Amino acid sequence: MFDYGHFRFDSKQELFDKAIRFWNPDKTKFWQSVGVDLVIDRREGYCLYDMSGRRLIDLHLNGGTYNFGHRHPELVETLKGALDYFDIGNHWFPSVARAALSEALVKVSPGMAYAVFAPGGAEAVDIALKSARYATKRRKIVSIIKGYHGHAGLSVATGDDRFTKIFLSDQPGEFIQVPFNDIDAMEKALKGGDIAALIMETIPATYGFPMPKEGYLKACRDLCTRYGTMYIADEVQTGLMRTGEMWGWQAYGIQPDIMVTAKGLSGGLYPISAALVNEKAGGWLHEDGAAHISTSGGAELGCIVAHKVIEMLQRPEVRSNVQFVTEFMREGMAEMVQRHGDIFTGVRQKGIILGLEFGHSGENAVAVSRALYEHGVWAIFSSLDKRVLQWKPGALLSVEMCQEIMDRFDAAMPRARELLHAGKKVN
Amino acid sequence: MATPSTPLLKVPDAALEQARMMLDKARWAATRLQKLDRATILRIADAAARAGHAKAQHYADWAVRETGMGVVAHKKMKNEACSTGLVDLYRSEDFVAPRIHADRKIVELPRPAGVIFALVPVTNPVATVFFKSLLALMTRNAIILSPHPQARECCADAVRTLAEAARAAGAPDGAIQVIAEPTIPLIENLMADSRIDLIVATGGPAVVKAAYRSGNPAIGVGPGNAPVVVDDTADIRLAARRIVASKAFDNSILCTNESTVLAFGSIAEKLLEALKSERAYICKPDECEKLRNLLFTGTGFNTAMIGKDAEVIARAAGFNAPGARILVTPVDLVQPEERLVREKLLPVLAFARVATIDQAISAARSMMRTAGQGHSAAIHSRNEANIMAFAAAVPALRVAVNAGCSLGASGFETNLGPSMTIGTGFAGGSSLGENLTPHAFLHYTRIAYNKDASESFGNFAGLDPLTLKRAAPAQALSLAVNNGDQELRAELRKIILEELKAVLAA
Repeated sequence: MFDYGHFRFDSKQELFDKAIRFWNPDKTKFWQSVGVDLVIDRREGYCLYDMSGRRLIDLHLNGGTYNFGHRHPELVETLKGALDYFDIGNHWFPSVARAALSEALVKVSPGMAYAVFAPGGAEAVDIALKSARYATKRRKIVSIIKGYHGHAGLSVATGDDRFTKIFLSDQPGEFIQVPFNDIDAMEKALKGGDIAALIMETIPATYGFPMPKEGYLKACRDLCTRYGTMYIADEVQTGLMRTGEMWGWQAYGIQPDIMVTAKGLSGGLYPISAALVNEKAGGWLHEDGAAHISTSGGAELGCIVAHKVIEMLQRPEVRSNVQFVTEFMREGMAEMVQRHGDIFTGVRQKGIILGLEFGHSGENAVAVSRALYEHGVWAIFSSLDKRVLQWKPGALLSVEMCQEIMDRFDAAMPRARELLHAGKKVN
Repeated sequence: MATPSTPLLKVPDAALEQARMMLDKARWAATRLQKLDRATILRIADAAARAGHAKAQHYADWAVRETGMGVVAHKKMKNEACSTGLVDLYRSEDFVAPRIHADRKIVELPRPAGVIFALVPVTNPVATVFFKSLLALMTRNAIILSPHPQARECCADAVRTLAEAARAAGAPDGAIQVIAEPTIPLIENLMADSRIDLIVATGGPAVVKAAYRSGNPAIGVGPGNAPVVVDDTADIRLAARRIVASKAFDNSILCTNESTVLAFGSIAEKLLEALKSERAYICKPDECEKLRNLLFTGTGFNTAMIGKDAEVIARAAGFNAPGARILVTPVDLVQPEERLVREKLLPVLAFARVATIDQAISAARSMMRTAGQGHSAAIHSRNEANIMAFAAAVPALRVAVNAGCSLGASGFETNLGPSMTIGTGFAGGSSLGENLTPHAFLHYTRIAYNKDASESFGNFAGLDPLTLKRAAPAQALSLAVNNGDQELRAELRKIILEELKAVLAA
């Protein structure tokens, strides 16, 4: 019996049945088909606990939502303290929490002038795109093939067909996609002078974190400047110290016109996201500040948590920890490639963002994900490149937890090999 | 709002949370340190020690200014002895390489403690920072220093000086850190944190007890109260010179300083004369009473007088002792109820007469009954039987002979080895019975062979965990993920086609 007070389930199976019946049949069945029967129950630090009680170390972190771990005590205390005083607030009026968070965000984001809040990354991307359209008076948006910016009205149109066609939401006339790391293709797309914005994940996450080639992002930025296009940095997965710097674009030495932050900004506790805009892109905030409205965008509870997140991120200890985890993963994964090079073929890394490559084709990372799951580690394959395992260690991971992760990874590789082998035979 | 106010919201204790992050940082640093070889470790320790030594005067000035205790010249000397002096002392010892004991068929692999949390007293602030940091570095431990609040600024700066020098020489970030804003709740909270491997507590009894209560392994040491015997075989002139120098050293701020002279009656007058010629001021009975009242208030020892100059103390008591290096207070009773024979971290020295060595011993035991157990004592004598009898009977774990107790028992002027942490042993409520040395920061994994003669001991010469070559990876299951060129080409073609389609569709 799983009694949660508000509701109860007799068994995990009952939960699966109800999830299929009332929530999402396909998603529920998909995970079962790949051998991952996870229903997250308790969560603490960098660990998740399945309904069965099984402990899993979280290296998925929902794309960095749990950058500081699950229910970080300092953030929980912050939110609890806020709940004694605030609620989501009223978006019509200036508010202490929104003003304080805007100021904190602008202070850590050189070149940015205003923060506009939203409840999630996709909505913040929409604000970014609208701001660019406002500032340039152009409609067209360029993004990267296999890029990912969420599922709101405009943001979804920048992404993969998988997410648009099914809903008849693709807008090929206004949303143009070019291959990643191809500067010629980028120039071809921009040189017509009719592009409002180029939106780029600093490192494309859902594509498995292929690293931008040396000078690529800088060249994209320069092209934007040349052709009057705004550069939007999608920092949803690369921001908040995950590259070793506050924002990924700082790690690559470029200056965007607009940037988007979400996921980890919420501390994993209260949804909030933000588009940060420079003076020009923020022009509409002078002309008609109510042109964009969101009741829960910039909810004050979220603002207070996010404010704490930004404060914590600026502690030198956090920067050091990210550096230590970065080095540990670099050395540890190099060793693992040596030991398991027959299936584990390469590592992409920037800070604590890693893509682990399993072979040169196929969907091998799905099997690896399962093998790791069986060995107590939760890491997800890249949905747009399933030979790559997304490996997203937390910013505050301890050395002991890192060592445990690597020991479990090492132990899981023979099982991964077995699963891959079996898969080949069937095929 | 310009003035501090009570926040409308309940907020987390950010200082505590940040300090907890320092513990994680120290744990990372410890694992990095443990990957360094002896040459690198010595290079780091040397660099840190030199940086400290270069600023010995600067920090001596600062410590006296900030704490109002002690003597600049003496603090400088301690800072020097506890920086380059300390590293030189232990340079020849190897705390890194395995130790092979072929005769016992045992190999010992050093296992550093990991993260050491060190409390730094107000009395010897910077010297203790140097001492504990360098011991930690030499044994490949990370250390977090928590200074006494009254000495926090000089300590924090000294820690940063050492940390920067160590880092520049190759130490990992976080090898040496400081709690810049220590408070009692913060320290108690941190001491109980499981991320700490060892607490080294030097300070008052409350702090030491808290360290032992924390649940973490701890080395805490108790207070001193050293008797010094001068018998009828002593060189009186030399004894007087050494006692006054020791008692005047840093104004008696070392816990090893002499508390009470126990002089054989036959030489007592001569000793008092000799003390006078070393600029000791012998107090008259009414002056002794004034000192009792000044130094021991209703609530206990008057800490405001710790480490002050003798002249200053005399003036505060209400008399003048111009030019005095120390104040000598003759007493009749050597029992705890005579306040002047208690521990005094200031240049006031009680003086009592004893007839024999047995009487000296019972007097020493009496005065140490309430404080000073397991700590230090001294004797000036050429009579080995007296020395042996005294050392065997007095509850001290070190007895300095013909040396000042301040620097003798603390190992600077004896071969005990300089130490800012004096183990007071079981009697003194401590797990440590020696002067703290680097050895206390290490354990060993022991590879122990079957002692049966038929099982021969292995040859470990030249083997070191740091340089050990791992065995080649086991032959992996032959699974060709990339199944030849055909498959790869087909896949590449597919990817290119997909991308082309996407471009065309856009």
